[in-house]
Amino acid sequence: MRLLRLFGVFLRVSVMGEAAYPANFLAHLLDSALELAAALAGLALIFAHTATLGGWRPEELGALVGVYFLVGGIIGLVIQPGMEQLTESVRDGTLDFTLAKPEDSQLLVSLWRVEIWKLIDVGLGLVVLGVALARLGQRVGVAQAAAFAAALIAGGVIVYSFWLILATSAFWLVRVENILVIFQSVYEAGRWPVSIYPGWLRFGLTFLVPVAFAITVPAQALAGRLTWRVLLGTAGFAVLLFGAARLFWRAGIRHYSGASS
Amino acid sequence: MKGLADLYLQQLKTGVASMLQYRGALVIWLIGNVLEPLIYLVVWSTVSRSAGGTVGGYSARDFAAYYIVLMLVNQATFTWVMYEFDYRIREGTFSADLLHPVHPIHADIAENLSSKVVNLPFVAAAAAGLAAIFHPALKLTLTAVAAFIPALVLAFLVRFLVDWTVALGAFWTVRVSAINQIHYMAVLFFSGQIAPLTVLPRPLQVVATVLPFRWTIGFPVELLLGRLTPGQVLTGFGIQAAWLLAAALLVRFAWRASVKRYSAVGA
Repeated sequence: MRLLRLFGVFLRVSVMGEAAYPANFLAHLLDSALELAAALAGLALIFAHTATLGGWRPEELGALVGVYFLVGGIIGLVIQPGMEQLTESVRDGTLDFTLAKPEDSQLLVSLWRVEIWKLIDVGLGLVVLGVALARLGQRVGVAQAAAFAAALIAGGVIVYSFWLILATSAFWLVRVENILVIFQSVYEAGRWPVSIYPGWLRFGLTFLVPVAFAITVPAQALAGRLTWRVLLGTAGFAVLLFGAARLFWRAGIRHYSGASS
Repeated sequence: MKGLADLYLQQLKTGVASMLQYRGALVIWLIGNVLEPLIYLVVWSTVSRSAGGTVGGYSARDFAAYYIVLMLVNQATFTWVMYEFDYRIREGTFSADLLHPVHPIHADIAENLSSKVVNLPFVAAAAAGLAAIFHPALKLTLTAVAAFIPALVLAFLVRFLVDWTVALGAFWTVRVSAINQIHYMAVLFFSGQIAPLTVLPRPLQVVATVLPFRWTIGFPVELLLGRLTPGQVLTGFGIQAAWLLAAALLVRFAWRASVKRYSAVGA
Protein backbone atom coordinates (compact mmCIF):
# COMPACT_ATOMS: atom_id res chain seq x y z
CA MET A 1 0.00 0.00 0.00
CA ARG A 2 2.38 2.63 -1.25
CA LEU A 3 -0.56 4.99 -1.57
CA LEU A 4 -1.42 4.94 2.12
CA ARG A 5 2.22 5.12 3.19
CA LEU A 6 2.85 8.15 0.96
CA PHE A 7 -0.35 9.80 2.10
CA GLY A 8 0.74 9.21 5.71
CA VAL A 9 4.08 10.91 5.03
CA PHE A 10 2.54 13.95 3.36
CA LEU A 11 -0.12 14.17 6.05
CA ARG A 12 2.58 14.21 8.72
CA VAL A 13 4.45 16.98 6.92
CA SER A 14 1.27 19.02 6.68
CA VAL A 15 0.46 18.51 10.37
CA MET A 16 3.96 19.61 11.33
CA GLY A 17 3.62 22.70 9.17
CA GLU A 18 0.22 23.72 10.48
CA ALA A 19 0.74 22.77 14.14
CA ALA A 20 2.51 26.09 14.53
CA TYR A 21 -0.81 27.87 14.02
CA PRO A 22 -3.26 26.21 16.43
CA ALA A 23 -5.64 29.20 16.37
CA ASN A 24 -6.28 28.44 12.70
CA PHE A 25 -8.20 25.37 13.83
CA LEU A 26 -10.89 27.49 15.48
CA ALA A 27 -11.05 29.88 12.54
CA HIS A 28 -11.54 27.02 10.09
CA LEU A 29 -14.01 25.28 12.38
CA LEU A 30 -16.08 28.48 12.56
CA ASP A 31 -15.98 28.85 8.77
CA SER A 32 -17.13 25.29 8.13
CA ALA A 33 -19.72 25.29 10.90
CA LEU A 34 -21.28 28.49 9.54
CA GLU A 35 -21.43 27.05 6.04
CA LEU A 36 -23.04 23.89 7.34
CA ALA A 37 -25.52 25.88 9.44
CA ALA A 38 -26.50 27.87 6.35
CA ALA A 39 -27.01 24.69 4.34
CA LEU A 40 -29.19 23.11 7.02
CA ALA A 41 -31.15 26.32 7.60
CA GLY A 42 -31.82 26.43 3.86
CA LEU A 43 -33.21 22.89 4.04
CA ALA A 44 -35.39 23.79 7.03
CA LEU A 45 -36.75 26.76 5.10
CA ILE A 46 -37.66 24.60 2.12
CA PHE A 47 -39.25 21.81 4.12
CA ALA A 48 -41.37 24.34 5.98
CA HIS A 49 -43.24 24.67 2.68
CA THR A 50 -43.21 21.17 1.24
CA ALA A 51 -42.96 17.56 2.39
CA THR A 52 -40.58 16.42 -0.36
CA LEU A 53 -38.30 18.17 -2.85
CA GLY A 54 -38.38 16.43 -6.20
CA GLY A 55 -39.27 13.21 -4.36
CA TRP A 56 -36.52 13.59 -1.71
CA ARG A 57 -37.58 13.47 1.95
CA PRO A 58 -35.90 15.87 4.45
CA GLU A 59 -33.64 13.22 6.00
CA GLU A 60 -32.58 12.06 2.54
CA LEU A 61 -31.60 15.60 1.58
CA GLY A 62 -29.82 15.81 4.94
CA ALA A 63 -27.78 12.78 3.90
CA LEU A 64 -27.08 14.54 0.59
CA VAL A 65 -25.73 17.58 2.46
CA GLY A 66 -23.56 15.21 4.48
CA VAL A 67 -22.17 13.67 1.29
CA TYR A 68 -21.67 17.18 -0.13
CA PHE A 69 -19.48 18.15 2.84
CA LEU A 70 -17.70 14.81 2.95
CA VAL A 71 -16.75 14.80 -0.73
CA GLY A 72 -16.04 18.53 -0.74
CA GLY A 73 -13.79 17.99 2.27
CA ILE A 74 -11.86 15.21 0.53
CA ILE A 75 -11.45 17.33 -2.61
CA GLY A 76 -10.19 20.24 -0.49
CA LEU A 77 -8.02 17.96 1.66
CA VAL A 78 -5.85 16.44 -0.99
CA ILE A 79 -7.14 16.68 -4.58
CA GLN A 80 -7.49 20.42 -5.07
CA PRO A 81 -4.28 21.55 -3.30
CA GLY A 82 -2.24 18.90 -5.10
CA MET A 83 -3.60 19.79 -8.51
CA GLU A 84 -3.13 23.51 -7.90
CA GLN A 85 0.46 22.89 -6.97
CA LEU A 86 0.85 20.76 -10.08
CA THR A 87 -0.23 23.55 -12.44
CA GLU A 88 2.04 25.90 -10.51
CA SER A 89 5.10 23.67 -10.81
CA VAL A 90 4.47 23.02 -14.50
CA ARG A 91 4.50 26.77 -14.98
CA ASP A 92 7.68 27.48 -13.03
CA GLY A 93 9.45 24.26 -13.94
CA THR A 94 9.91 22.82 -10.43
CA LEU A 95 8.12 19.66 -11.55
CA ASP A 96 11.57 18.50 -12.69
CA PHE A 97 12.46 17.56 -9.09
CA THR A 98 9.33 15.49 -8.71
CA LEU A 99 9.83 13.59 -11.93
CA ALA A 100 13.32 12.65 -10.82
CA LYS A 101 12.01 10.88 -7.71
CA PRO A 102 11.86 7.07 -7.72
CA GLU A 103 8.11 6.96 -7.21
CA ASP A 104 5.21 7.06 -9.63
CA SER A 105 4.90 10.72 -10.58
CA GLN A 106 1.12 10.68 -10.82
CA LEU A 107 0.87 9.25 -7.32
CA LEU A 108 3.26 11.88 -6.00
CA VAL A 109 1.52 14.90 -7.49
CA SER A 110 -1.82 13.55 -6.33
CA LEU A 111 -0.76 13.39 -2.69
CA TRP A 112 2.01 15.93 -2.23
CA ARG A 113 -0.12 18.66 -0.73
CA VAL A 114 -2.49 17.99 2.17
CA GLU A 115 -4.68 20.79 3.52
CA ILE A 116 -5.34 19.25 6.94
CA TRP A 117 -7.94 21.79 8.03
CA LYS A 118 -10.30 20.30 5.46
CA LEU A 119 -10.52 17.28 7.75
CA ILE A 120 -13.00 19.48 9.63
CA ASP A 121 -15.33 19.39 6.62
CA VAL A 122 -14.86 15.64 6.33
CA GLY A 123 -15.73 15.27 10.02
CA LEU A 124 -18.77 17.55 9.83
CA GLY A 125 -19.95 15.71 6.73
CA LEU A 126 -19.69 12.39 8.55
CA VAL A 127 -21.64 13.75 11.53
CA VAL A 128 -24.45 15.06 9.32
CA LEU A 129 -24.45 11.80 7.42
CA GLY A 130 -24.64 9.85 10.69
CA VAL A 131 -27.55 11.89 12.00
CA ALA A 132 -29.40 11.59 8.69
CA LEU A 133 -28.80 7.83 8.66
CA ALA A 134 -30.12 7.47 12.20
CA ARG A 135 -33.25 9.32 11.09
CA LEU A 136 -33.60 7.16 8.01
CA GLY A 137 -33.37 4.22 10.40
CA GLN A 138 -34.26 0.78 9.15
CA ARG A 139 -34.66 1.86 5.57
CA VAL A 140 -30.89 1.59 5.17
CA GLY A 141 -29.99 -2.09 4.90
CA VAL A 142 -26.69 -3.80 4.26
CA ALA A 143 -27.25 -3.69 0.50
CA GLN A 144 -27.82 0.05 0.56
CA ALA A 145 -24.76 0.64 2.73
CA ALA A 146 -22.61 -1.41 0.36
CA ALA A 147 -24.05 0.41 -2.65
CA PHE A 148 -23.35 3.72 -0.90
CA ALA A 149 -19.72 2.81 -0.23
CA ALA A 150 -19.26 1.64 -3.83
CA ALA A 151 -20.91 4.78 -5.22
CA LEU A 152 -18.84 7.02 -2.97
CA ILE A 153 -15.58 5.39 -4.07
CA ALA A 154 -16.59 5.49 -7.73
CA GLY A 155 -17.65 9.13 -7.38
CA GLY A 156 -14.37 9.97 -5.68
CA VAL A 157 -12.39 8.31 -8.47
CA ILE A 158 -14.41 10.22 -11.09
CA VAL A 159 -13.83 13.57 -9.39
CA TYR A 160 -10.13 12.81 -8.93
CA SER A 161 -9.71 11.78 -12.57
CA PHE A 162 -11.59 14.86 -13.69
CA TRP A 163 -9.30 17.14 -11.67
CA LEU A 164 -6.20 15.32 -12.90
CA ILE A 165 -7.29 15.74 -16.53
CA LEU A 166 -7.90 19.46 -15.99
CA ALA A 167 -4.61 19.96 -14.19
CA THR A 168 -2.69 17.87 -16.72
CA SER A 169 -3.87 20.16 -19.50
CA ALA A 170 -1.46 22.66 -17.91
CA PHE A 171 1.33 20.85 -19.81
CA TRP A 172 -0.09 22.38 -22.97
CA LEU A 173 -2.09 25.38 -21.80
CA VAL A 174 0.21 26.45 -18.92
CA ARG A 175 -2.30 28.75 -17.23
CA VAL A 176 -5.27 26.69 -16.09
CA GLU A 177 -5.88 27.95 -12.52
CA ASN A 178 -9.04 29.61 -13.76
CA ILE A 179 -10.50 26.33 -14.99
CA LEU A 180 -9.86 24.78 -11.59
CA VAL A 181 -11.68 27.62 -9.85
CA ILE A 182 -14.70 27.09 -12.08
CA PHE A 183 -15.10 23.56 -10.71
CA GLN A 184 -15.28 24.99 -7.22
CA SER A 185 -18.10 27.36 -8.12
CA VAL A 186 -20.05 24.70 -10.01
CA TYR A 187 -19.61 22.18 -7.18
CA GLU A 188 -22.08 24.24 -5.14
CA ALA A 189 -24.88 23.10 -7.45
CA GLY A 190 -24.35 19.61 -6.01
CA ARG A 191 -25.93 20.58 -2.71
CA TRP A 192 -29.23 19.72 -4.35
CA PRO A 193 -30.11 16.48 -6.13
CA VAL A 194 -29.30 16.96 -9.81
CA SER A 195 -32.64 15.42 -10.72
CA ILE A 196 -34.41 18.71 -9.93
CA TYR A 197 -32.42 20.63 -12.55
CA PRO A 198 -33.63 21.00 -16.14
CA GLY A 199 -32.15 18.53 -18.66
CA TRP A 200 -29.35 20.67 -20.12
CA LEU A 201 -28.07 21.62 -16.66
CA ARG A 202 -28.35 18.03 -15.41
CA PHE A 203 -26.28 16.87 -18.38
CA GLY A 204 -23.66 19.51 -17.63
CA LEU A 205 -23.54 18.57 -13.95
CA THR A 206 -23.19 14.89 -14.86
CA PHE A 207 -20.69 14.81 -17.71
CA LEU A 208 -19.06 18.26 -18.05
CA VAL A 209 -18.48 18.70 -14.31
CA PRO A 210 -19.17 15.34 -12.62
CA VAL A 211 -21.01 16.73 -9.60
CA ALA A 212 -23.86 14.25 -10.06
CA PHE A 213 -21.57 11.22 -9.74
CA ALA A 214 -19.74 12.66 -6.75
CA ILE A 215 -22.75 13.64 -4.63
CA THR A 216 -26.19 12.74 -5.96
CA VAL A 217 -25.45 9.11 -6.85
CA PRO A 218 -24.00 8.13 -3.42
CA ALA A 219 -26.86 9.93 -1.66
CA GLN A 220 -29.33 8.11 -3.91
CA ALA A 221 -27.78 4.83 -2.80
CA LEU A 222 -28.51 5.68 0.83
CA ALA A 223 -32.05 6.68 0.03
CA GLY A 224 -32.45 3.28 -1.63
CA ARG A 225 -33.40 4.71 -4.99
CA LEU A 226 -30.28 3.71 -6.87
CA THR A 227 -30.77 1.05 -9.52
CA TRP A 228 -28.05 -1.50 -10.16
CA ARG A 229 -27.73 -0.21 -13.70
CA VAL A 230 -26.86 3.31 -12.52
CA LEU A 231 -24.38 1.93 -9.99
CA LEU A 232 -22.70 -0.28 -12.58
CA GLY A 233 -22.69 2.60 -15.06
CA THR A 234 -21.05 4.84 -12.45
CA ALA A 235 -18.41 2.24 -11.66
CA GLY A 236 -17.75 1.72 -15.38
CA PHE A 237 -17.45 5.44 -15.96
CA ALA A 238 -15.04 5.69 -13.02
CA VAL A 239 -12.76 3.00 -14.47
CA LEU A 240 -12.94 4.57 -17.91
CA LEU A 241 -12.20 8.09 -16.71
CA PHE A 242 -9.38 6.92 -14.45
CA GLY A 243 -7.77 5.11 -17.39
CA ALA A 244 -8.18 8.16 -19.60
CA ALA A 245 -6.67 10.41 -16.92
CA ARG A 246 -3.72 8.03 -16.56
CA LEU A 247 -3.06 8.01 -20.33
CA PHE A 248 -3.44 11.77 -20.51
CA TRP A 249 -1.00 12.19 -17.62
CA ARG A 250 1.57 10.00 -19.41
CA ALA A 251 1.14 12.07 -22.58
CA GLY A 252 1.52 15.25 -20.53
CA ILE A 253 4.76 14.05 -18.94
CA ARG A 254 6.15 13.18 -22.36
CA HIS A 255 5.20 16.62 -23.63
CA TYR A 256 6.74 18.38 -20.63
CA SER A 257 10.06 19.92 -21.54
CA GLY A 258 11.26 21.00 -18.09
CA ALA A 259 12.57 24.27 -16.77
CA SER A 260 15.94 24.46 -18.46
CA SER A 261 15.09 23.58 -22.04
CA MET B 1 -16.51 68.58 -7.84
CA LYS B 2 -15.06 68.73 -11.31
CA GLY B 3 -11.87 67.20 -10.01
CA LEU B 4 -13.85 64.28 -8.63
CA ALA B 5 -15.72 63.79 -11.92
CA ASP B 6 -12.39 63.70 -13.77
CA LEU B 7 -11.11 61.18 -11.28
CA TYR B 8 -14.09 58.90 -11.82
CA LEU B 9 -13.81 59.16 -15.60
CA GLN B 10 -10.13 58.30 -15.55
CA GLN B 11 -10.58 55.43 -13.07
CA LEU B 12 -13.41 54.07 -15.19
CA LYS B 13 -11.23 54.07 -18.29
CA THR B 14 -8.28 52.32 -16.67
CA GLY B 15 -10.68 50.01 -14.84
CA VAL B 16 -12.34 48.83 -18.04
CA ALA B 17 -8.97 48.41 -19.74
CA SER B 18 -7.61 46.26 -16.89
CA MET B 19 -10.81 44.20 -16.57
CA LEU B 20 -10.55 43.30 -20.24
CA GLN B 21 -7.08 41.91 -19.58
CA TYR B 22 -8.39 39.45 -16.99
CA ARG B 23 -10.99 37.69 -19.11
CA GLY B 24 -10.56 34.39 -17.27
CA ALA B 25 -11.49 35.98 -13.96
CA LEU B 26 -14.48 37.52 -15.73
CA VAL B 27 -15.77 34.13 -16.82
CA ILE B 28 -15.36 32.65 -13.33
CA TRP B 29 -17.18 35.56 -11.80
CA LEU B 30 -19.96 35.29 -14.35
CA ILE B 31 -20.50 31.57 -13.78
CA GLY B 32 -20.73 32.10 -10.02
CA ASN B 33 -23.14 35.02 -10.21
CA VAL B 34 -25.44 33.28 -12.69
CA LEU B 35 -25.32 29.83 -11.14
CA GLU B 36 -26.36 30.83 -7.63
CA PRO B 37 -29.67 32.50 -8.51
CA LEU B 38 -30.24 29.74 -11.07
CA ILE B 39 -29.96 27.08 -8.35
CA TYR B 40 -32.45 28.85 -6.09
CA LEU B 41 -34.75 29.46 -9.05
CA VAL B 42 -34.85 25.72 -9.75
CA VAL B 43 -35.19 24.73 -6.09
CA TRP B 44 -38.05 27.12 -5.35
CA SER B 45 -39.89 26.37 -8.61
CA THR B 46 -39.73 22.70 -7.63
CA VAL B 47 -41.03 23.51 -4.15
CA SER B 48 -43.90 25.61 -5.45
CA ARG B 49 -44.95 22.86 -7.84
CA SER B 50 -44.96 20.20 -5.14
CA ALA B 51 -46.68 22.54 -2.68
CA GLY B 52 -49.67 22.81 -4.99
CA GLY B 53 -48.83 25.80 -7.19
CA THR B 54 -47.63 28.65 -5.01
CA VAL B 55 -45.30 29.31 -2.08
CA GLY B 56 -45.47 32.64 -0.27
CA GLY B 57 -47.49 34.05 -3.18
CA TYR B 58 -45.03 32.89 -5.85
CA SER B 59 -45.78 30.36 -8.58
CA ALA B 60 -42.98 28.57 -10.44
CA ARG B 61 -43.00 31.24 -13.16
CA ASP B 62 -43.07 34.00 -10.52
CA PHE B 63 -39.94 32.50 -8.97
CA ALA B 64 -38.33 32.51 -12.41
CA ALA B 65 -39.11 36.23 -12.78
CA TYR B 66 -37.95 36.92 -9.22
CA TYR B 67 -34.58 35.22 -9.57
CA ILE B 68 -33.81 36.54 -13.06
CA VAL B 69 -34.44 40.11 -11.87
CA LEU B 70 -32.51 39.34 -8.67
CA MET B 71 -29.55 38.20 -10.75
CA LEU B 72 -29.54 41.55 -12.55
CA VAL B 73 -29.97 43.57 -9.35
CA ASN B 74 -27.28 41.57 -7.58
CA GLN B 75 -24.97 42.14 -10.52
CA ALA B 76 -25.64 45.88 -10.30
CA THR B 77 -25.02 46.18 -6.55
CA PHE B 78 -22.40 43.46 -6.05
CA THR B 79 -19.05 44.39 -4.47
CA TRP B 80 -15.89 42.47 -3.64
CA VAL B 81 -14.17 45.10 -1.48
CA MET B 82 -13.98 42.73 1.51
CA TYR B 83 -11.66 40.39 -0.31
CA GLU B 84 -9.71 43.26 -1.82
CA PHE B 85 -9.15 44.94 1.55
CA ASP B 86 -7.89 41.76 3.14
CA TYR B 87 -5.20 41.57 0.45
CA ARG B 88 -4.38 45.30 0.58
CA ILE B 89 -3.77 45.39 4.29
CA ARG B 90 -1.95 42.09 4.54
CA GLU B 91 0.37 42.88 1.66
CA GLY B 92 0.78 46.51 2.59
CA THR B 93 -0.19 47.82 -0.84
CA PHE B 94 -2.56 50.18 0.89
CA SER B 95 0.28 52.46 1.93
CA ALA B 96 0.45 54.07 -1.51
CA ASP B 97 -3.33 54.52 -1.71
CA LEU B 98 -3.29 56.39 1.57
CA LEU B 99 -1.04 59.05 0.10
CA HIS B 100 -3.60 60.03 -2.56
CA PRO B 101 -5.23 63.38 -1.91
CA VAL B 102 -8.76 61.92 -2.24
CA HIS B 103 -10.63 59.41 -0.12
CA PRO B 104 -9.79 55.88 -1.40
CA ILE B 105 -13.48 54.93 -1.53
CA HIS B 106 -13.85 56.92 -4.77
CA ALA B 107 -11.32 54.81 -6.61
CA ASP B 108 -13.09 51.68 -5.34
CA ILE B 109 -16.51 52.85 -6.50
CA ALA B 110 -15.12 53.74 -9.92
CA GLU B 111 -13.39 50.36 -10.22
CA ASN B 112 -16.61 48.59 -9.24
CA LEU B 113 -18.60 50.52 -11.83
CA SER B 114 -16.06 49.77 -14.55
CA SER B 115 -16.37 46.03 -13.92
CA LYS B 116 -20.11 46.37 -14.33
CA VAL B 117 -19.71 48.13 -17.65
CA VAL B 118 -17.62 45.20 -18.86
CA ASN B 119 -19.91 42.51 -17.42
CA LEU B 120 -23.22 44.01 -18.44
CA PRO B 121 -23.50 42.45 -21.93
CA PHE B 122 -22.72 38.99 -20.56
CA VAL B 123 -25.16 39.21 -17.68
CA ALA B 124 -27.86 40.58 -19.98
CA ALA B 125 -27.28 37.64 -22.33
CA ALA B 126 -27.48 35.20 -19.39
CA ALA B 127 -30.73 36.80 -18.24
CA ALA B 128 -32.20 36.55 -21.76
CA GLY B 129 -31.15 32.91 -21.95
CA LEU B 130 -32.73 32.07 -18.60
CA ALA B 131 -35.89 33.95 -19.60
CA ALA B 132 -36.15 31.84 -22.75
CA ILE B 133 -35.81 28.63 -20.72
CA PHE B 134 -37.95 29.34 -17.65
CA HIS B 135 -40.73 31.58 -19.09
CA PRO B 136 -40.84 34.10 -16.22
CA ALA B 137 -44.16 35.75 -15.38
CA LEU B 138 -42.94 39.30 -15.85
CA LYS B 139 -45.23 42.22 -16.59
CA LEU B 140 -43.44 45.53 -16.33
CA THR B 141 -45.35 48.76 -15.78
CA LEU B 142 -43.93 52.18 -16.54
CA THR B 143 -44.30 53.36 -12.93
CA ALA B 144 -42.54 50.27 -11.61
CA VAL B 145 -39.61 50.82 -13.98
CA ALA B 146 -39.47 54.53 -13.13
CA ALA B 147 -39.42 53.78 -9.40
CA PHE B 148 -36.96 50.91 -9.88
CA ILE B 149 -34.14 53.09 -11.18
CA PRO B 150 -33.71 55.32 -8.10
CA ALA B 151 -34.25 52.28 -5.87
CA LEU B 152 -31.39 50.52 -7.67
CA VAL B 153 -29.08 53.51 -7.34
CA LEU B 154 -29.83 53.77 -3.61
CA ALA B 155 -29.38 50.01 -3.26
CA PHE B 156 -25.96 50.23 -4.92
CA LEU B 157 -24.82 53.08 -2.68
CA VAL B 158 -26.07 51.47 0.54
CA ARG B 159 -24.52 48.11 -0.32
CA PHE B 160 -21.23 49.68 -1.28
CA LEU B 161 -20.97 51.75 1.90
CA VAL B 162 -22.01 48.85 4.16
CA ASP B 163 -19.60 46.45 2.46
CA TRP B 164 -16.83 49.00 2.63
CA THR B 165 -17.40 49.45 6.36
CA VAL B 166 -17.34 45.68 6.91
CA ALA B 167 -14.17 45.51 4.81
CA LEU B 168 -12.46 47.92 7.21
CA GLY B 169 -12.45 45.01 9.67
CA ALA B 170 -9.25 44.00 7.90
CA PHE B 171 -7.53 46.85 9.74
CA TRP B 172 -8.39 45.28 13.08
CA THR B 173 -7.82 41.56 12.59
CA VAL B 174 -5.95 39.33 10.18
CA ARG B 175 -8.74 36.77 10.35
CA VAL B 176 -11.25 38.54 8.17
CA SER B 177 -12.49 35.32 6.61
CA ALA B 178 -14.81 34.73 9.60
CA ILE B 179 -16.20 38.28 9.31
CA ASN B 180 -16.67 37.82 5.56
CA GLN B 181 -18.41 34.49 6.07
CA ILE B 182 -20.86 35.93 8.60
CA HIS B 183 -21.52 38.91 6.35
CA TYR B 184 -22.05 36.61 3.37
CA MET B 185 -24.59 34.55 5.31
CA ALA B 186 -26.44 37.63 6.54
CA VAL B 187 -26.73 38.80 2.93
CA LEU B 188 -27.83 35.34 1.81
CA PHE B 189 -30.66 35.06 4.32
CA PHE B 190 -31.83 38.64 4.82
CA SER B 191 -31.47 40.15 1.34
CA GLY B 192 -33.96 37.91 -0.42
CA GLN B 193 -31.32 35.72 -2.07
CA ILE B 194 -32.06 32.40 -0.42
CA ALA B 195 -35.80 33.02 -0.81
CA PRO B 196 -38.14 35.96 -1.39
CA LEU B 197 -38.92 37.71 1.89
CA THR B 198 -42.54 36.56 1.96
CA VAL B 199 -41.36 32.94 1.98
CA LEU B 200 -39.28 33.41 5.14
CA PRO B 201 -40.76 32.79 8.61
CA ARG B 202 -42.26 35.90 10.20
CA PRO B 203 -39.42 36.63 12.72
CA LEU B 204 -36.81 36.54 9.95
CA GLN B 205 -38.93 38.95 7.89
CA VAL B 206 -38.92 41.42 10.78
CA VAL B 207 -35.13 41.15 11.18
CA ALA B 208 -34.71 41.59 7.40
CA THR B 209 -36.69 44.83 7.52
CA VAL B 210 -34.34 46.29 10.11
CA LEU B 211 -31.06 45.17 8.55
CA PRO B 212 -29.73 46.94 5.42
CA PHE B 213 -29.42 43.86 3.19
CA ARG B 214 -33.01 43.60 2.01
CA TRP B 215 -32.86 47.21 0.86
CA THR B 216 -29.83 46.49 -1.30
CA ILE B 217 -31.27 43.53 -3.24
CA GLY B 218 -34.76 42.31 -2.38
CA PHE B 219 -36.50 45.68 -2.35
CA PRO B 220 -35.64 46.76 -5.92
CA VAL B 221 -36.52 43.27 -7.18
CA GLU B 222 -39.96 43.21 -5.55
CA LEU B 223 -40.51 46.79 -6.67
CA LEU B 224 -39.86 46.00 -10.32
CA LEU B 225 -42.06 42.89 -10.17
CA GLY B 226 -44.93 45.06 -8.91
CA ARG B 227 -45.27 43.12 -5.65
CA LEU B 228 -45.27 46.17 -3.38
CA THR B 229 -48.10 48.57 -2.61
CA PRO B 230 -47.41 52.31 -3.14
CA GLY B 231 -47.23 52.67 0.65
CA GLN B 232 -44.61 49.93 0.90
CA VAL B 233 -42.62 51.51 -1.91
CA LEU B 234 -42.53 54.89 -0.14
CA THR B 235 -41.57 53.27 3.18
CA GLY B 236 -38.86 51.38 1.33
CA PHE B 237 -37.40 54.54 -0.16
CA GLY B 238 -37.46 56.09 3.31
CA ILE B 239 -35.56 53.16 4.83
CA GLN B 240 -33.08 53.17 1.94
CA ALA B 241 -32.44 56.88 2.51
CA ALA B 242 -32.04 56.33 6.25
CA TRP B 243 -29.57 53.51 5.66
CA LEU B 244 -27.66 55.62 3.16
CA LEU B 245 -27.23 58.32 5.78
CA ALA B 246 -26.35 55.85 8.51
CA ALA B 247 -23.88 54.00 6.28
CA ALA B 248 -22.22 57.24 5.18
CA LEU B 249 -21.70 58.24 8.81
CA LEU B 250 -20.53 54.73 9.63
CA VAL B 251 -17.93 54.80 6.86
CA ARG B 252 -16.69 58.17 8.09
CA PHE B 253 -16.19 57.11 11.69
CA ALA B 254 -14.99 53.59 10.98
CA TRP B 255 -12.50 54.92 8.42
CA ARG B 256 -10.98 57.45 10.82
CA ALA B 257 -10.70 54.91 13.60
CA SER B 258 -9.26 52.25 11.29
CA VAL B 259 -6.64 54.34 9.56
CA LYS B 260 -5.16 55.28 12.92
CA ARG B 261 -4.44 51.60 13.51
CA TYR B 262 -2.72 51.06 10.21
CA SER B 263 0.99 50.46 10.24
CA ALA B 264 2.70 49.00 7.22
CA VAL B 265 5.84 46.96 7.56
CA GLY B 266 8.78 49.28 7.19
CA ALA B 267 6.83 52.30 8.33
